Amino acid sequence: MRALLVDITKCIGCGSCVAACREQNRLPVPADGSWPSQPDAQNFTVLKKAAWKGEEYNYRRLCMHCLTPTCESVCPVGALRKTAQGPVVYDESRCIGCRYCLQACPFSVPRYEWTSLEPRVRKCNLCEARVAEGRPNACAEACPTGATIAGEREELLKTARARIAAEPEKYVSHIYGEHEAGGTSVLFLSPIPFEKLELPAGLMAEPLPLLTFRVLSKIPHLVATGGALLAGVWWITNRRQEVAAAEAAEKEKQP
Amino acid sequence: MNRVRNYFWRVVVSLIFAAGLWATVVRFTRGLGGATHLSDSFPWGLWIGFDLLCGVGLAAGGFAIAATVYLLHLEKYRPILRPTILTAFLGYMLVIAALMYDLGRPWRIWHALVFWNPRSVMFEVAWCVMLYTAVLALEFSPMLWERLGWAPVQRVMRAVTIPLVGLGVILSTLHQSSLGSLYLIVPTKLDPLWYSPLLPLFFFLSSIAVGMAMVIFESGLSARAFGKALELSLLKQVARVMAVTLAVYLLLRFQDLVWRGVLSQVWTARGETALFWLENALLAIPMALCFSGRLRSNPQGLFGCAVLVVAGFLANRLNVSVSGLQRSAGAPYFPSWMEIAVTLTIVAAGFVLFNLAVRYLAVFRPAKYDAVTVGVPEGTTPLRSWL
Ligand code: SF4
Ligand code: SF4
Repeated sequence: MRALLVDITKCIGCGSCVAACREQNRLPVPADGSWPSQPDAQNFTVLKKAAWKGEEYNYRRLCMHCLTPTCESVCPVGALRKTAQGPVVYDESRCIGCRYCLQACPFSVPRYEWTSLEPRVRKCNLCEARVAEGRPNACAEACPTGATIAGEREELLKTARARIAAEPEKYVSHIYGEHEAGGTSVLFLSPIPFEKLELPAGLMAEPLPLLTFRVLSKIPHLVATGGALLAGVWWITNRRQEVAAAEAAEKEKQP
Repeated sequence: MNRVRNYFWRVVVSLIFAAGLWATVVRFTRGLGGATHLSDSFPWGLWIGFDLLCGVGLAAGGFAIAATVYLLHLEKYRPILRPTILTAFLGYMLVIAALMYDLGRPWRIWHALVFWNPRSVMFEVAWCVMLYTAVLALEFSPMLWERLGWAPVQRVMRAVTIPLVGLGVILSTLHQSSLGSLYLIVPTKLDPLWYSPLLPLFFFLSSIAVGMAMVIFESGLSARAFGKALELSLLKQVARVMAVTLAVYLLLRFQDLVWRGVLSQVWTARGETALFWLENALLAIPMALCFSGRLRSNPQGLFGCAVLVVAGFLANRLNVSVSGLQRSAGAPYFPSWMEIAVTLTIVAAGFVLFNLAVRYLAVFRPAKYDAVTVGVPEGTTPLRSWL
């Protein structure tokens, strides 16, 4: 399964990934080539800066391509889907625009075309077409320092572990995305504590869709028991009324 | 005096409708972004928080009273049946109208019927709301058939009423609670004062309480507007059920804070804490008042309690859907005037439609509801003046 490994120690903040992403997805390019502070409907990835102990670091934000995506689970019409090859993709033709995916995504990734009359949800698609052809992702291909590399998730996890083991003083001993929200296909290695980055901290290691599934899976029981219960209640009260009516009729007959 | 008051309300409603019309034009020519203050960090606002969550909840009296009369055979509640069913039916129609504003592509609302995702709470809510609206339409229809004098249809309806009511109870239980389940997926975003694994249960219990409050509230309103009210003895019982449900709800609500270990947070100095107390006080005060017998035999007092419960309920839903999410969103949200105008238009439309129904259909009419009647029911305006 395709994944990306972003090694923040290697990122020089040149913006090649941002430019490559725009080209790949035919997104508009501003004259000065700059990018906003957050991903938006026209920027699926942006570079952010973090400062720690007097040093400045650069890191990317983009869809994490969760292994059990929250967005996929909440979409009422199945417009979002995790493909077997890794990308979490969006099918515009199904979307009704309820925006539950925006509300639910633990990484606050999906964006909406608010001013459009035919609005779409916009987010990184992990270069679905390239992945299908077995080519590297556009951002990884463009990255001059290898700060973003593409590969199989298992391989990238091994690489990440090896890097931490080889230079433990350089890295925080944590691979962000290995377990967060049940695991993601985008992994981060960082030289500074992850709380200093704008990545949500304290996410559970279980996939979030389990939270709703626990409740939803009770519905068939609820319907069956509830139906039987209601029928029972109706039968008892009905019977009681019939008996009462019969007794009243009995009484009337006797002089 | 009455003429002046009528005139006043007419002006208010006309102004609301004018503003709503303007907002509608903007919404459908300049998109959601042009009409609302919604954003990527705050994708659900007033239309979901109020129109959907509150609208569906306020209509909950429909299934509770239908079950009381048809399944528990508590005949004395029958006079409440029709006004509650009517409110519920209108309520759901208006919720669907509101969704047409809120969905980015409302003309695709039918997609939920063909593209399934049974793991989505939203999918379940969509199906339940759709089916239950159909059930409500059928439950409401006898008022029409009897008006039109269609005796055969009336007979068919009588035969299917019981299963229909049962279906309505199940569907309502499911989606009233599922509206709470919608928020189970945002454990890191919703403030701990509101996020709880028990959200579905809380939503269900509070919907029953507010359904009862609405019965009292409507009876009070129609007493003023049409001189048609329900018997005080009945309303007292409804208030009792409301108070007991609220007591269970509030006990669980606070117990849940203890279980989750966030009870200490109700004393921290934050805006959320104030809203939390406001919401719960609005529910606890009328509950306490309703338990005191003296107040319960005073129609004005009952009406006041009902208003408080409705207010507390609205506060709760808006806290879950708006205030409780503000902090994590990092961007403040307050609805635009157009969002408010659309919401007010929908509420006003509800009042106008209810008014029309009471005038032309036998909504508040004691006794003999199931009888197959033909012709103009007593106490309603003859059909001719309607056409
Ligand atoms: S990060 Fe958000 S949008 Fe991306 S796959 Fe996960 S849940 Fe979906
Ligand atoms: S906005 Fe579209 S993609 Fe997102 S959950 Fe709703 S229907 Fe699915």
